[in-house]
Amino acid sequence: MSEKEIKGTIEEVFSYSARHPARLLEEYRAAGQKAVGILPYYAPEELVYAAGMAPLGLWGMEGSVRGAGRYFPAFYCAIARMNLEMALVGVLDGLSAVLAPSICDAMRPFTQNFKSARPDIPMIFLAQPQNRTEEFGVVYMTDELARVREELEAVAGTRITDDAIRDAIAVYNESRAERRRFVRLAASHPSVITPERRSDVLKSAWFMPKPRHTAVLKTLNDAIEALAPENWTGGKVVVSGILADSASLLSVFQDNRLAIVADDVANESRSFRSDMPLPEKDEAPLRILARGFAGQGADSLLHDPDLSRRARHLKGLVEESGAQGVVFVMMQFCDPEELDYPHLKQALDAVGIPNAQIGYDQQMRDFGQARTQLEAFSEMLADRGRRDCSAASSTGR
Amino acid sequence: MGFSGDSDSNAKAQADAGAMVGANTSAIDGANDDVTTKPAKVVLREIVDAVYEQAWDAKKRGEPVGWSSSKFPAEIAEALGLAVVYPENQAAAVAAKHGGRRLCEYAEALGYSNDICAYARISLAVSDGAPAEERPVPPPDFLLCCNNICNCMTKWYENIARRHDIPLIMIDVPYNNTVDIPASRVAYVSAQFEAAIKKLETLFGRVWDPARFAEVCANANRTASAWLRACGYCAMKPSPLSGFDLFNHMADVVTARCKPETSRALEQLADEYEQAVKEGVSTWRRDETWRIMFEGIPCWPELQALLRPLKEHGANTVAVVYAPAFGFQYGDMDGMIRAYCRAPNSVCIEAGTEWRAALCRENSVDGILVHYNRSCKPWSGYMLEMERRWRKELGIPVVGFDGDQADPRNFAEEQYRTRVEGLVELMRANSVTRENGAPL
Ligand code: SF4
Ligand code: SF4
Repeated sequence: MSEKEIKGTIEEVFSYSARHPARLLEEYRAAGQKAVGILPYYAPEELVYAAGMAPLGLWGMEGSVRGAGRYFPAFYCAIARMNLEMALVGVLDGLSAVLAPSICDAMRPFTQNFKSARPDIPMIFLAQPQNRTEEFGVVYMTDELARVREELEAVAGTRITDDAIRDAIAVYNESRAERRRFVRLAASHPSVITPERRSDVLKSAWFMPKPRHTAVLKTLNDAIEALAPENWTGGKVVVSGILADSASLLSVFQDNRLAIVADDVANESRSFRSDMPLPEKDEAPLRILARGFAGQGADSLLHDPDLSRRARHLKGLVEESGAQGVVFVMMQFCDPEELDYPHLKQALDAVGIPNAQIGYDQQMRDFGQARTQLEAFSEMLADRGRRDCSAASSTGR
Repeated sequence: MGFSGDSDSNAKAQADAGAMVGANTSAIDGANDDVTTKPAKVVLREIVDAVYEQAWDAKKRGEPVGWSSSKFPAEIAEALGLAVVYPENQAAAVAAKHGGRRLCEYAEALGYSNDICAYARISLAVSDGAPAEERPVPPPDFLLCCNNICNCMTKWYENIARRHDIPLIMIDVPYNNTVDIPASRVAYVSAQFEAAIKKLETLFGRVWDPARFAEVCANANRTASAWLRACGYCAMKPSPLSGFDLFNHMADVVTARCKPETSRALEQLADEYEQAVKEGVSTWRRDETWRIMFEGIPCWPELQALLRPLKEHGANTVAVVYAPAFGFQYGDMDGMIRAYCRAPNSVCIEAGTEWRAALCRENSVDGILVHYNRSCKPWSGYMLEMERRWRKELGIPVVGFDGDQADPRNFAEEQYRTRVEGLVELMRANSVTRENGAPL
């Protein structure tokens, strides 16, 4: 695949899917397949796949809040408000159910509002454990998953067998691995895999059938791997936050020659950075999923007795990816992220990793402030780069 | 038996502002030391003060002091004899004495967004060493966090644990989407109770004594029953109390529900209400033209502003959700766990609606005033839907206003006044309709 073909594949397959989930939903339904909405965070998508239904990620939408304002006051995040807006304006009409975790303070009332606003769409509720690594946490999560499985079976009108779940785990692990590979490859080819293309490839995984997404991505990854390495002269950053998929926002990165070389974003790497574990002897597949959830961490939404885990993870990302700094895309009214931020900033400052915080909301139209901030950030990184170069040359390194 | 706790004069309202959160105010200076002659409100205030004094004493003796979330099972620390203070109560006390803005801004300067719950901001400021003379607390040696009321709590306590490098005992109570709590969730929470007890035993060399635990639980149950009895007087017409008094005494149920003196003081309070009914007096010294439910935590910095239009219109608060929320009783460990799974923000909308609807029915409420509390996302997030359900189920008007429990910058008195007036108009119209026998 040439560079042009790479871009073409991204455009035709991934960008198309990322930007038109409603069309994919229509396609699933036309083919006689039921679809289930997957709400944030860490919903066991594998079970939906194992039931033979199509999972569709629900991460809000850009636009204005109208009907959702009759449920949520103005001080709620886009994930809560825009997902409800989607339910109210009919975007979710074709779904046979939604899978709704409640791990965040905004999602608790969201679940209640959803079932009030759309009683016709079955809501499969899930309350994951925060103390998830101890045996009692794994046992509880397994029980929750068993209930979710039953409720999904009722929606699908079919049994979800253990074998189907094992198969789903394998399919999803393969997808995760391929997406991680893509993230690494994208980092070394930033002018081909621009922030927007990168986002489309990752976002489309929430809507496309996983086997197809993985298959096309594998070909794409092979092609990127075969390209000559780029000599990127712009900045390199790690992006952290809940969402960073707005085309307007990503174009600001692009315009300022900031490559996204790794991420700590909820609907990107946080959703595929770790696999479901290998089964212990004769382990029931639901327990594997529960242990998989237990293994998640370094996330504002998940309590971790190791209180510096996320900071370490972020520093590790910077180091491994060769990024020069971190950009926090702060979702407005997102308490979990806002409560992590001061500590993360302090941890990065302490080791001299430049960082910036930009505010984001799906109702945002004017990205002027983000533009000004990222311009300044990009210049600062370039200055540091030049200083480091001259320091290196003056010391003869 | 005196009823000095009227909400009538501004000066009184201010004294009550301190009392409401159990803060030391000059109002108690010179109070008679003879317990039997003290009004219950004074005894209750002193009990909260004593909780903080005991924590300071423990600190001086070199014993550990914990900071606990308000709905962490207090029975555990009490049974282990560990001194504990309550940051939410502290934040309320600070806010009632107008320190909320100062400490919120302190936290914002540390990088915490002003979107974050103001209690959390105040407490994070305090944990960073910001002075809080309004209600000083000793620095923490351990943390008891239960997220049954919110996950903000989890993040808030993580921040403190990190800053102080101290143990964080975390009891996770997942949110409930059904009125019944699934058995597997009870088992999960139960295992965490055990783990928490073991951890505290190990950390501080304490030994778990089941007999002591039973005693503590008995106290908590007695407190809950006295609390419910006292709150129950709101159903009388006219009510012998202003419902704002209950916000006041909540401090005791939060900070000292396992102590026998709290049970006794609340029983005394209920007796006083009983007597007031006989005498035909009330701590609400105005007409009781309207009986309302005040939904949510009050705006502590603005108590006078909250009460002013209510007084002008003769609208007494006769229902607050804290009555059922803190009046939980249980017979065994399983029952206790289920009770802690039923915090205001951990129950589903059906249960939350019914708690309040039942109160409104029992207490003959004419209208509901909802505080859209900027601080509390899990609380305010389903109130708009609850409003609709109440209107339909109860046939009474519901009006909301924007505010904040502790950050005065999020409250506008003008808007509040207008909304109260709107509510009064709607209640008036509703009563005319009812009198005319028209359908609701
Ligand atoms: S984590 Fe943040 S963005 Fe996500 S639902 Fe919660 S508040 Fe909203
Ligand atoms: S006010 Fe709400 S968000 Fe704040 S601590 Fe209390 S329950 Fe949590």
